[in-house]
Amino acid sequence: MIGAIWTWLTSTSSWSGDDGIPHRLLQHAGYSALVLVVAAAIAVPLGVWIGHSGHGRSLVTVANSLRAVPTLGLLFALTLVLQPHLQGNTAFLLPCVIALVLLAVPPILSGAYAGVEAVDPAARDAAKGVGMRPREVLRHVELPCALPLLMSGLRSAALQVIATATIAAYVGLGGLGRYLVDGIATNDYPRTGGGAVLVALFALVADIVGALVQARVVSPGLTGKGRRLARVDHPTVPSGATAS
Amino acid sequence: MSWLGGHLGEIFQLAWQHAWLAGLPLLVGLAIALPLGWFASRNTRAYVALVTSAGLLYTIPSLALFVLMPLIIGTRILDPVNVVVAMTIYTVALLVRVVADGLQSVPDDVRSAARAMGFGVVRRLVMVDLPLGVPVIASGLRVAAVSNVSIVSVASLIGTHQLGDLLVDGFNRAFAPPLVTGIVGCLLLALLFDGVIVWGARVLTPWLRGGTA
Repeated sequence: MIGAIWTWLTSTSSWSGDDGIPHRLLQHAGYSALVLVVAAAIAVPLGVWIGHSGHGRSLVTVANSLRAVPTLGLLFALTLVLQPHLQGNTAFLLPCVIALVLLAVPPILSGAYAGVEAVDPAARDAAKGVGMRPREVLRHVELPCALPLLMSGLRSAALQVIATATIAAYVGLGGLGRYLVDGIATNDYPRTGGGAVLVALFALVADIVGALVQARVVSPGLTGKGRRLARVDHPTVPSGATAS
Repeated sequence: MSWLGGHLGEIFQLAWQHAWLAGLPLLVGLAIALPLGWFASRNTRAYVALVTSAGLLYTIPSLALFVLMPLIIGTRILDPVNVVVAMTIYTVALLVRVVADGLQSVPDDVRSAARAMGFGVVRRLVMVDLPLGVPVIASGLRVAAVSNVSIVSVASLIGTHQLGDLLVDGFNRAFAPPLVTGIVGCLLLALLFDGVIVWGARVLTPWLRGGTA
């Protein structure tokens, strides 16, 4: 079976045309990126505001309990409800995008909220003490300190979206999931297995990229290693805002 | 409502299957994650290696893992064992870190006290570290339970029968009753699992229940 999958993955016909691997990969990456950007645009400001002000914590609880809804059911229900009202390509695309955004919002929201909420009150007080206005405290202290949790929320949302976008091929979405769903429907295991390998690799690469971005944007003052290095190597340089 | 009445038997059978497919991996996964997590909690290098590989396993999308299972364990493509093993992998991947962190969360003075009372490694683990780690481990188990119940429904796409069949049936016929029943059934099952875990953790940690010590 592994040989057959390899043959499928390496044959020229798998790499060309609208059903070729490059096109499907671009679709999958495109939908996932679109969904993440929309979900982040909703959930990051909301989560940061909830963590900063302490208002609306129940929203986080509601969003978290949404996670118990089976993704397959959410996808199917939204498609059935919305599709009759839409025409052409959007009839397939929009219900999927909405379902995926709904799935991506809870992890991002709770990451952003928990990140800001967990900022050391002493760091906040110190920022106020040196004369920062509330907006500056948010920008220069709370947001940087919240980044590790915020980023891990974004990364788990990304994995969730990539996995569910695969399943969404069943309701007509393009992307790598097509190989799995069409392969299963036609009993074509090499195609199914090849698609599964590609999806798994894509998710892996996406998570590694997320980890690299996280390592770049998170202040070294927040990671234990950076703090130790800062103390040893530059004992006189203040090590920025630390969480603990 | 009339649809529901006529299909009660079938619904319960699917729910029972669903409970097995989601529940058995929780138990097996916990049984595997406990020793792995314990090992990771005592050895920094093992911790990094295990938590990293668990994270990598957790990135694999469910449908892809279901489909690839026969290649890895040599089963038939439609075998329900594929789903059980795949769900066990997810459960272990999620719990290893939780168990390691839970066991490490035991305060140092408690650990010293156990050593001073002459507790060996095993006795300390069973009588001190594990009981005190229960709340953390239970919280990880709750996350795993809810996500297992949701992910198992995807297995309908590869022909393993459980409540997800109702979702697929409802979608294919554009017929709301089975779709709604499937969603509500999954939610109730997740709630049931969650309740059992919360209850179990309560029973195992009598000192956390209110009142005076």
